[in-house]
Amino acid sequence: MLQDKDRIFTNLYGLQPWQLAAARKRGNWDGTKDIIAKGRDWIVTEMKDSGLRGRGGAGFPTGMKWSFMPKATPEKPGDGRPSYLVVNADESEPGTCKDRDIIRNDPHTLVEGCLLAGVGLGAHAGYIYIRGEFVNEAKVLQAAIDEAYAAGLLGKNACGSGYDFDLYLHRGAGAYICGEETALLESLEGKKGQPRLKPPFPAACGLYGCPTTVNNVETIAVVPTILRRGAAWFAGFGRPKNSGTKIFCIQGHVNQPCNVEEAMSIPLKELIEKHAGGVRGGWDNLMAVIPGGSSTPCIPKSVCDTVLMDFDALRDAKSGLGTAAVIVMDKSTDIIYAIARLSQFYKHESCGQCTPCREGLGWVWRVMLRMVQGRATIEEIDTLEEVTREIEGHTICALADGAAWPVQGLIRHFRPEMEARIKAYKSGALRQAAE
Amino acid sequence: MSAPSANAVPQPTSFAFNEANLARVKQIIAKYPRGRQASAVLPLLDLAQRQHDNWLPRAAMDYVAGLLDMAPIRVYEVATFYSMFNLQPVGKWFFQVCTTSPCWLRGSDDVVKTCESKLGIHMGESTADGLFSLREVECLGCCVNAPVIQVNDDVYEDLDAQSTAKLIDACRAGNPPPVGSLSGRKHSGPASGLTSLTQVPAAGDD
Repeated sequence: MLQDKDRIFTNLYGLQPWQLAAARKRGNWDGTKDIIAKGRDWIVTEMKDSGLRGRGGAGFPTGMKWSFMPKATPEKPGDGRPSYLVVNADESEPGTCKDRDIIRNDPHTLVEGCLLAGVGLGAHAGYIYIRGEFVNEAKVLQAAIDEAYAAGLLGKNACGSGYDFDLYLHRGAGAYICGEETALLESLEGKKGQPRLKPPFPAACGLYGCPTTVNNVETIAVVPTILRRGAAWFAGFGRPKNSGTKIFCIQGHVNQPCNVEEAMSIPLKELIEKHAGGVRGGWDNLMAVIPGGSSTPCIPKSVCDTVLMDFDALRDAKSGLGTAAVIVMDKSTDIIYAIARLSQFYKHESCGQCTPCREGLGWVWRVMLRMVQGRATIEEIDTLEEVTREIEGHTICALADGAAWPVQGLIRHFRPEMEARIKAYKSGALRQAAE
Repeated sequence: MSAPSANAVPQPTSFAFNEANLARVKQIIAKYPRGRQASAVLPLLDLAQRQHDNWLPRAAMDYVAGLLDMAPIRVYEVATFYSMFNLQPVGKWFFQVCTTSPCWLRGSDDVVKTCESKLGIHMGESTADGLFSLREVECLGCCVNAPVIQVNDDVYEDLDAQSTAKLIDACRAGNPPPVGSLSGRKHSGPASGLTSLTQVPAAGDD
């Protein structure tokens, strides 16, 4: 189990004040100037060596992403466009509530991370896009930014390093799709949050047509500690290519739902039993787990028994680590409804731009509602599966994929339950029960 | 997305920011590069809604369009795309109940039932006295403290039927509880006792 001395978010639960003075005592903003002095290349190399993969769901290697940003050299001068850091704090993936705790309880990890990431990207300005519903969280974060400016940690000559960096907070207004990086950029430019076609990728043409890197809150907030303690320290946790520590959000049918920072690659069973007080009614009462937020397919108990919580292990189990939001369902769960409710979510959040998503997700939801009742035929399960395959991969962004996968996971692991529901409805058992 | 309603309420004919908000507008626009003032449309619409009893009339959208030099249709597009803009009046206490799967697994059905029966209205409706509005919303991002309700700006966590009923009574009395968990829990850690961060020295210690 991860020890407290190796935890990055030492104020995750807000037991101490979030303000600068307390944050400094926790080690934030310690030697920031010296880290900046080591330079952009050193920072990017260190991030690559740390093995950090993006914490927003896709798990792309952070150091590599940063290296895509253009760099002006004497031989190849830049074209004059500024570069931007944009932090994705639009935390809306059902199940996910980790960035909220970072922002309201440990905001200086994020603010300092923005400065260091800015240096690594060659950006002199950063925007944090926070979901609109986080009103109180945004107030804390803005106050933390203001404190940092007042202490000379941000702005001109940030931390006395000679590097200028401005950081702005921008509030969204309620749209899951704005967590998609190019929809977020559209929204930040004052438009509807509708994803852009890629390429060009944001590193070439992002915010205001300028080179931009979009990173998740947790990704940026772990940067200062990685640079202070060294890439090797961070890479020492978890399996190769799955390094580091990670905040897990454990919820649903557990005895003690909680957020907790743990080492990557921790066994799912250990995670639930050590921190969340175990599954309600005991481990054998477990039906299934959605291991990484609503977009990741559920895994049945037989897989949960041994699976490790990291990108590669969950991919091999035909699911994903996603945002590491662990949604636990015990045997009392109507899992068909649980997934149908997610279909409703995605239908509601589709931006309406691509036909397979706009039309398809409404269709999937309506069929799923019939599956909940059993008011369907066995063959329709196959049709449903086929339609999700037609939706997947045929849209501009991954929202539709994220809507298709949970339904596919349900059919893959719980087809017998779906068939039983249909048969029960047919035999009239359910109808009689309702009368 | 909010759909335009057939029985729309009377719209005010004009809207303008008060002096304090005009000063805020300047600060907000200054966050963005010159010529990119359209970026301020979300914060300005939010400001307008806050000044106008928590709903956004058409006159306010036109006004914001003028301030930002945007075509009004671009502002309408934005105002109708994002779920937090109320294009109709809402009650003084705007109850937004999360019913997405993580909250549902923890009993959001009981929370919904309590709200509907106690207020005598259904999801999407307001009470006749204008005190309460009820809306079903998608994940509010507080899932380890599920189920939750957002009342205006504040999220109330770890609810059950009983605490939901109390919350409604408290709002009716004009005395809402402090934001956060209503089960006595102080954070997002395990309620029965922390399993991590027990060895961290208090920030006050030197």
